[in-house]
Amino acid sequence: MKIAICIKQVPDTTDIKWTEHNTIQREGVESILNPYDVYAIEAALKIKQKDTNAELTALTMGPAQAEEILRKAISVGVDRGYLISDKKFAAADTYATGSTLSAAIKKIIPDFDMIICGQFAIDGDTAQTGPTVANMLNIPQITYVKEIESFDEKTVTVLREVEDGVEKLTAEFPVLLCLLKKEDEEPTRAKINGIINAKNAEITTLTMDDIELAPERAGLKGSPTYVSKAFRPIQKHRNVPPTEASPESQVIFLYNKLHELGAFDNE
Amino acid sequence: MSKGILLYAELTRYSEDGQYVHPVFFELAAKANELSKKLNDAPIYAILLGSKNLVENFKEGFTENNIDTVYVVEDERLQDYSTEYYSKIITDLTKEIDPEIFIIGATTQGRDIAPRISSSLHTGLTADCIELDINEKGQLAATRPTFGGQLMATILCKNQPQMATVRPKVFKPLKEFVKKDTKFITKKANIDDIEKKVNLIEFLKNPEKEESALEDAEIIVAGGRGMKDLMGFEMLKEFASLLNAKVGASRVAVEMGLASHEMQIGQTGKTVTPKIYIACGISGALQHTVGMTGSDKIIAINIDKNAPIFDIADIAIAGDVFEILPELINMIKK
Ligand SMILES: Cc1cc2nc3c(=O)[nH]c(=O)nc-3n(C[C@H](O)[C@H](O)[C@H](O)COP(=O)(O)OP(=O)(O)OC[C@H]3O[C@@H](n4cnc5c(N)ncnc54)[C@H](O)[C@@H]3O)c2cc1C
Repeated sequence: MKIAICIKQVPDTTDIKWTEHNTIQREGVESILNPYDVYAIEAALKIKQKDTNAELTALTMGPAQAEEILRKAISVGVDRGYLISDKKFAAADTYATGSTLSAAIKKIIPDFDMIICGQFAIDGDTAQTGPTVANMLNIPQITYVKEIESFDEKTVTVLREVEDGVEKLTAEFPVLLCLLKKEDEEPTRAKINGIINAKNAEITTLTMDDIELAPERAGLKGSPTYVSKAFRPIQKHRNVPPTEASPESQVIFLYNKLHELGAFDNE
Repeated sequence: MSKGILLYAELTRYSEDGQYVHPVFFELAAKANELSKKLNDAPIYAILLGSKNLVENFKEGFTENNIDTVYVVEDERLQDYSTEYYSKIITDLTKEIDPEIFIIGATTQGRDIAPRISSSLHTGLTADCIELDINEKGQLAATRPTFGGQLMATILCKNQPQMATVRPKVFKPLKEFVKKDTKFITKKANIDDIEKKVNLIEFLKNPEKEESALEDAEIIVAGGRGMKDLMGFEMLKEFASLLNAKVGASRVAVEMGLASHEMQIGQTGKTVTPKIYIACGISGALQHTVGMTGSDKIIAINIDKNAPIFDIADIAIAGDVFEILPELINMIKK
């Protein structure tokens, strides 16, 4: 079985600092493997445990430094990594990203059975790239996958988490899956030989010239959307100074307020 | 004249107990009414897909929300949502209607289908918008949070339709109905050529999920790290039950195992707009507050008088929840 895993390097959004001019300070912000993609890799590794012939290929579109996350993927058991990198790919929105990734997949593993992505990337948080890639490759998708339950040579069965419950779905290959994060599962840690593999692995870089993609479909040019303005959100200030009286009077104050608001008559 | 605004009228899951138009549609409809006025009364269209009796069952939702035309596709094969069928039909219809704006609810279905439609139409899609407006050039200006809610971006699209998704509860439905003599146009499902590759085998309903419908609660009592432990959350639950309220949580509280993910409010949780939101031991990080600033009244109890939650509170209590809540509970019980 041939599996492509799409992963992304993202800034650690818990660690965002602001410049004086209210723009995000990009220098010195740590880059991490998108937390959802960790579980996309996990899902692929689990398949490989059962089907040891499975070939796992990780790919990422990004700047040269995104190579780090490919090595990280290899360190836990992914077979190889491809970096899709070119100035012409920069500033892509999800449409252009989808065009580029799908063209790269066609080039690298045209006979893939499965593509696995993370459901979200924590920087953009659009949840759009997976379905866009699937659509451009003209294959179906299953989003919000919480578990790959079983698989054989031709099909995969998954559990999908939706608002009102869980769906069990089967899909014939080829298919694209978007994986949710698992709060209760420790991801695989790299073992020593994994780390050595990762260090020695040859990462192939593909540029615009290596894939079949019209220049007007990539990067900034290929992006139908553009940011007209970015700003720091201002919270709606209601500006009531906090009351700091004794607990007893706070309780009475709160009780009266709740009463005024009709909180005790709530059906 | 403007080419109009298209909305997707998602139906909830088909079941014996009935099926409904997802409430997010009415929220989108209210916003579409606003946008339409800014576009010289652009027509508002909707697409409705399902198995049968659609016009009969769901007519009022359209005639009372000022929708001009509804494109209805009825087919037994559309009873359950299928990415393959639905995206094909909606894409074809959108080409035919040729709207300038297309808005879809950011439900799991909406998020699954919207990128397929937008990429088929070679246009852009702005996900999870918190505001939609028309700029001076008549374009759709879609504002959304990025970087975990720490940055807002207003996004424009150079192709048409300009597409956006909006999460449930971000907009409010119309306060008063606007009647319209809506036209219903029935279309055939063009899906005979599709060999469906993904099939639903089984649906396991989660009873808990319905029960904890936070989004519909009139009062929410939410706890954060300041509630310390499970005992603290038990106290919150008791307090909530006295007010017939639902219990919500910050992400830290969820990560500490004090509450389930279902209860999380904020950027990566739910968006809620209750009448009263009572934040207990929650600092008020932006990622949390983006999910609850739409509440009518916000009450905050926090031991730190400089906690950012107080910036958005209507009633701000600087104090220890473990001193205040037990007494308050006693007082209400009496
Ligand atoms: C990408 C991303 C997405 C995120 N999404 C979400 C999300 O959806 N929802 C969310 O909530 N967070 C989210 N977060 C996390 C968010 O940034 C905050 O870390 C989180 O909201 C803080 O939770 P908290 O207020 O419970 O904890 P803290 O920030 O630790 O605050 C605890 C508060 O309790 C107060 N306190 C302590 N003891 C007492 C006491 N005895 N009485 C009264 N007050 C007391 C303290 O003064 C403090 O203000 C996200 C973060 C990232 C990076």
